[in-house]
Amino acid sequence: MSGPVLGKDLLGLEELSADQIRLILDTAQPLKEISERTIKKVPALRGMTIVNLFFEASTRTRISFEFAEKRLSADTVNVAAAGSSISKGETLVDTARNLEAMRIDMVVIRHGASGAARFLADRIKSNVINAGDGTHEHPTQGLLDLLTLRDRLGDLAGRRVCLVGDVLHSRVARSNLWGLKKLGADVAVCGPRSLLPNAVDELGVRVFDRIEAAIEWAEALNVLRLQLERMQAGYIPSLREYNRVFGVTRERLERAPRDIIIMHPGPMNRGVEIDSDVADGPHSVILEQVTNGVAVRMAVLYLLAGGRPELAEAAKGA
Amino acid sequence: MPGKPTVVLDARSMARTLRRMADEVVELFSGTDDLILVGIQRRGVQLAERMAGYIEEREGVAVTRGALDITLYRDDLQTIGPRPVVGKTDLPLSLDGRIVVIVDDVLYTGRTVRAAMDELADFGRPSRIALAVLVDRGGRELPIHADIVGKKVQAAAHLRVDVLIGDVDGEDAVVIVPREDQG
Amino acid sequence: MTSLLLKGGRIIDPSQGIDAVGDVFIEGETIAHAGAPLGDVRRDGGLEVIDCTGQIVAPGFIDVHCHLREPGREDVETIATGARAAASGGFTAVCAMPNTDPVTDNQAAVGFIVRQALRARAARVYPIGAVSVGQKGEALAEFGEMVGAGAVAVSDDGRPVASAQLMRTALEYARTFSIPVADHCEEPTLASGGAMNEGVVSARLGLKGIPAEAEEIMAIRDILLARRTGGHVHLCHMSTRGSVDLIRWGKERGIRVTAEVCPHHLSLTEDAVGAYDTNAKMNPPLRTADDVAALQEAVRDGTIDLVATDHAPHHYDEKEREFADAPNGIVGLETALAVVVTHLVVPGILSWGTLVDRMATTPARVFGLPGGTLRTGSVADVTVFDPALAWTVDPDRFLSKGRNSPYRGKRLTGRATCTVVGGRVVHRDGGGGTGVRG
Repeated sequence: MSGPVLGKDLLGLEELSADQIRLILDTAQPLKEISERTIKKVPALRGMTIVNLFFEASTRTRISFEFAEKRLSADTVNVAAAGSSISKGETLVDTARNLEAMRIDMVVIRHGASGAARFLADRIKSNVINAGDGTHEHPTQGLLDLLTLRDRLGDLAGRRVCLVGDVLHSRVARSNLWGLKKLGADVAVCGPRSLLPNAVDELGVRVFDRIEAAIEWAEALNVLRLQLERMQAGYIPSLREYNRVFGVTRERLERAPRDIIIMHPGPMNRGVEIDSDVADGPHSVILEQVTNGVAVRMAVLYLLAGGRPELAEAAKGA
Repeated sequence: MPGKPTVVLDARSMARTLRRMADEVVELFSGTDDLILVGIQRRGVQLAERMAGYIEEREGVAVTRGALDITLYRDDLQTIGPRPVVGKTDLPLSLDGRIVVIVDDVLYTGRTVRAAMDELADFGRPSRIALAVLVDRGGRELPIHADIVGKKVQAAAHLRVDVLIGDVDGEDAVVIVPREDQG
Repeated sequence: MTSLLLKGGRIIDPSQGIDAVGDVFIEGETIAHAGAPLGDVRRDGGLEVIDCTGQIVAPGFIDVHCHLREPGREDVETIATGARAAASGGFTAVCAMPNTDPVTDNQAAVGFIVRQALRARAARVYPIGAVSVGQKGEALAEFGEMVGAGAVAVSDDGRPVASAQLMRTALEYARTFSIPVADHCEEPTLASGGAMNEGVVSARLGLKGIPAEAEEIMAIRDILLARRTGGHVHLCHMSTRGSVDLIRWGKERGIRVTAEVCPHHLSLTEDAVGAYDTNAKMNPPLRTADDVAALQEAVRDGTIDLVATDHAPHHYDEKEREFADAPNGIVGLETALAVVVTHLVVPGILSWGTLVDRMATTPARVFGLPGGTLRTGSVADVTVFDPALAWTVDPDRFLSKGRNSPYRGKRLTGRATCTVVGGRVVHRDGGGGTGVRG
């Protein structure tokens, strides 16, 4: 292998190859152990500076990235740009220029606009990691979901995974969809048609209109968060009816022909898209997802970091 | 590949050498109390497993094994191109008071051992750390030496010393081959 | 009286069915002769001769849809820079949309544009007045006074006329003055928040889509209202196969509907958005290859009457931002001819005669403008272009202030070499010229 194996940035799973995805997952696997140590820190990224640039409020993704960075000994700065009075577009261009001027090594960006991570990546030399851009992608969430599924199911080729809920507005759904398809999984979506992309049939996935049918088919359900704003925007009539028709409940799962792995990217709306006894039940891997999130992010940071190939010669034979 | 490999140890002599090294470990620490053999990924892990097996045979006691991947402790991560593959580290949660024998295949610059000691320090404070290597090929860049050496060879910089192990490579042997472009 | 001889070019004038090598002779501000080669032309008061060998000599191109941003956004474009960019692109006249600041919704504002255009001394600029006061979609603007001051049509372009009742009234009222009502067809609730065509690309990119039906619903509404009122509705920048079918339906029934299509909708698809390229963001959005094919066929068979640019310059800062927040529109005056030549004439979809018809003759007829013909005695607006000249688009060399073009770096064929307005040469391509690189 020659050249950086992942390229400069991680912007989405759609643009990664199956081999690149496997490399990240294979790298994440041994990194899980570091978080179990008494001293949860290795020096791999010592001396690197990473900015966590969050234009949208996010607790768990930011904390997960921060742990990953710190466990690899990087120096981190958190910038929460949400609520800034400057209009979004100006902020992003200017922020890009400022970051470039400060010679930081990597930027982890969360932004409300689809394409914002690429926008930044195209304008700075630093590595850019997309921590969620609008309704486009959330690649590290997709990767941690893949790792969690692989832990449980082994090779994902031919395994049946259904994304349930608001696929239309979900960056998690998009990253899962590309990642799962690239690893050969059989992917389905299930949700009200008003919350599925109109062109869903062209995305190469099965579509289930009824959750009962999805449960009968699937080996794993990834239950998407239903943003409460969707109801106000008129996509669905009420949360109550959503739970009644699409909620992942114990009663529905008990009628399944097999045990189904239950995933959720969080934060959960208990009693809306998922019932508490499912979320806390024996087949839920929701907390494993969180644990794996740190390992996957460490793997991405490690694989993107530094690495000036022109100096590889000098390092030869060490 | 240009040039023929020179065989330094064949399978039988390699087995003899490892048995002797296992004996030396027991001798050096007057027994196996608190002993843990920690192999460095990848082939050090196999060698540690063999040595631990020999000690168990001879002494009739169980010997703790560990595995150490030093990739994330390398001092050249910022300069090399493609990221090296990270292997598994598998150690007891604490090494406090333990006698740790680091096992590796080839001792060369000493940088791998330096990284290994850094990593061990993150798992506690062993009472003693020793180093056992199957081959010492000289060429040290750091003040490090092995306590137990299977075989000393003098290999010029343009040569590579390869330890082949049945489980990984299909045969046991130590050979010297000319370096390819990628070191 | 000065005179101008355009000598030895291939004269194409669909209004008279001329397609022959010959000369065009201009005396003062009018065409004196267009056709057979002239022998010696007498010189009095100075004769300028331009050798047009290998070139096509046509009635001046007319762009019935552009945004010149003055008044209000003179940093982005002015009437003068827009008129020069138009001349450079081979247009002898353009119609300026009224979504300026303040809105061109009264006779004084219309008069301002007329005066600025005269001072620019480049392409002619005809104002289009607003349909509603302030383009607010509520009260009808004063069509009569605006027409008196020089307006040639009315439109609320930039936004649709959302109220069917207002559209009905506008069509009825415009009949008095024999002007078309040009509508930007977009059903606002369906299109709300959309950033590109709704389809598989928008699903992939996570961008809110604008469905084809947002345009088609308004297109058929306007066609039906034209049927009801007998008014002339002109549908701006059509972008979908469905719209083409609806226009065809209307025309078959004798409804007074005309329609335009932009060069970008004839040449690019939603794939041009690629990795969130804001220079591929416009409204209506770039659609699918099937839509492009339908539009190309429609402009060939005349279902769509004419080509218009929807030239919409923006400051580079405004496009340099997240896709969903970036403004719609691209500049088009200086690439329109070459895009149509490259994507329709070169592949054999349009003949040269049809190109001239869709860019000169029909626009003049639909909007009731002078020109569009080389008939003796008509206004001497002439476009001379090189049908084979290949060039690479370099927006940094545009005469427009706008640089927002999706054709940057593209190799195109066809280029205006000489633009004559009222007998006066307002553009000569001096080898280098605008937008040419290397």
